[in-house]
Amino acid sequence: MTRPHLRRSISAHKAKDLPGSDHMWPDVSARHHRPTTVIGFAAAAGLLLLAACGSSTPSRSSTSGDVVTVAAAASLAEAFTAIGKDFEAKDPGSKVIFSFGSSATLASQITQGAPVDVFAAASPATMKTVTQSRAAGPPTDFVANTLEIAVPKGNPGKITGLKDFADKSKKIAICAPQVPCGAAAIKVFATAKVVPAPDTLEQDVKATLQKVESNEVDAALVYQTDVLAAGDMVAGIDFPEAQQAINVYPIATLKAAKNPALAQRFVDYVLSADGQAILNEAGFDKP
Amino acid sequence: MSNTQCHGAGRLPLLLGLPASIGILFLLLPLGGLIIRAPWAEAAEVLTSRSAISALRLSIITATVAASITVILGVPLAWLLARPALPGVAVLRALITVPLVLPPVVGGVALFTLLGRSGLLGGPLYSLTGFSLPFTPYAVVLAQVFVALPYLVLAVEGALRAADRRYEDAAATLGATPLAVFRRVTLPLVAPGIAAGTVLAWARALGEFGATITFAGNFPGTTRTMPLEVYLALETNPDAALLLSILLLATSVAVLALLRDRWTSRW
Repeated sequence: MTRPHLRRSISAHKAKDLPGSDHMWPDVSARHHRPTTVIGFAAAAGLLLLAACGSSTPSRSSTSGDVVTVAAAASLAEAFTAIGKDFEAKDPGSKVIFSFGSSATLASQITQGAPVDVFAAASPATMKTVTQSRAAGPPTDFVANTLEIAVPKGNPGKITGLKDFADKSKKIAICAPQVPCGAAAIKVFATAKVVPAPDTLEQDVKATLQKVESNEVDAALVYQTDVLAAGDMVAGIDFPEAQQAINVYPIATLKAAKNPALAQRFVDYVLSADGQAILNEAGFDKP
Repeated sequence: MSNTQCHGAGRLPLLLGLPASIGILFLLLPLGGLIIRAPWAEAAEVLTSRSAISALRLSIITATVAASITVILGVPLAWLLARPALPGVAVLRALITVPLVLPPVVGGVALFTLLGRSGLLGGPLYSLTGFSLPFTPYAVVLAQVFVALPYLVLAVEGALRAADRRYEDAAATLGATPLAVFRRVTLPLVAPGIAAGTVLAWARALGEFGATITFAGNFPGTTRTMPLEVYLALETNPDAALLLSILLLATSVAVLALLRDRWTSRW
């Protein structure tokens, strides 16, 4: 937002790009001519480098007021990446950094103090763990996602509907009941009165989808957005009971956000017609 | 041996002692944190739960089978690598250590491409017999062997290189066949190395996570080993995950301590 902030943010990013280039800091060191200061800044640049290489966890050390860090459910990866690009174009000077992963993992990172400004979860239950710890403001539901049967290209298991999930001779993958897509799966099986015979209970929806993509299972229950994102390798089969377990995704700004105004602008953009259009294209429904 | 090195009876040079102490703290303090933070009030309930016991049982069985397979395959492989005459041995050694640097998840994907039901070997197997390896305990064992084998090979190869070759030569000049030399001279000479390598391989197999969850899937009783159980518990009940981790640690430490006493006294 303010000029000095922007300058710092830019030079920090340059330092990341050019290892060991302490001369990238002329605007700061020019004011302090003592060599120790220069060494100090070189060390700081080194630390930034370390932080940049260290881990996939979003790091605040290189960010400033104009960067918004968004933790989002894995199923949002494609759509949010596109939204982030649009947002950066329409909000000049801003930069969006994403951390995609299992909602529950992200939620526990946030309650442990991960430097995140916006959280988009794949289920109200995981969002609740964050709002309960008073880390986030009130959430808004922004999309809905429906389960769909995913089969490998050519449907080798000749799957026709949900009842095939009870067939022990077929290889079946569903999400573990502990994660949102697994909880939704339990609901649809209960509605359809089918007792599934899964061969694996996967940790998250992308891992479940991967088993279909690699043709190791005959069928899996994933979100319709995942079937769409998987492209040609995977075909989807709709089933009526899916309507009983529509999964709603909430989004919220976090109280610890460094730049609450920018975080709110990002959330507003996701909720805007432009943001919703991108999400809709990725297969998400209105909440 | 320590007498010849260290005249000042137990005095450790600071230059060695300090980094060693930092190393010890770095390894042990996180475990201490685990133990302090664990909700011991829930311990009885979590640790005696059906899912925990079945995961631990599967872990111990698969890791033990995997360690046995690594011995059967790895000792001859190490023997091959330790022969200086073999051409291209340096390349072979480099290739064999690949699973050490490969992220285990990638190892799991690689196993898929070979042994999955549309894999290079798994495909024909599936079309002939209708059997596919993924999502079975066999897949768990295979994933563990894949990541653990290099540890055993490197440990045994080191022992073979350090062993005095003249004993083998003497046995050979006295008329022993190459196999007899290997069995009666080489193996006893490098037994401590084999023991160390087996322990390493077993421990690595017990902690295996990435290749297992990718290649074998995650189903209670069939493929959900203890590390997978811990990972899943992290999603919903992080406290239980701490307790389960401690159970896995305690089991492995207990087994290793027991083995060390009765089996590897020559360390």
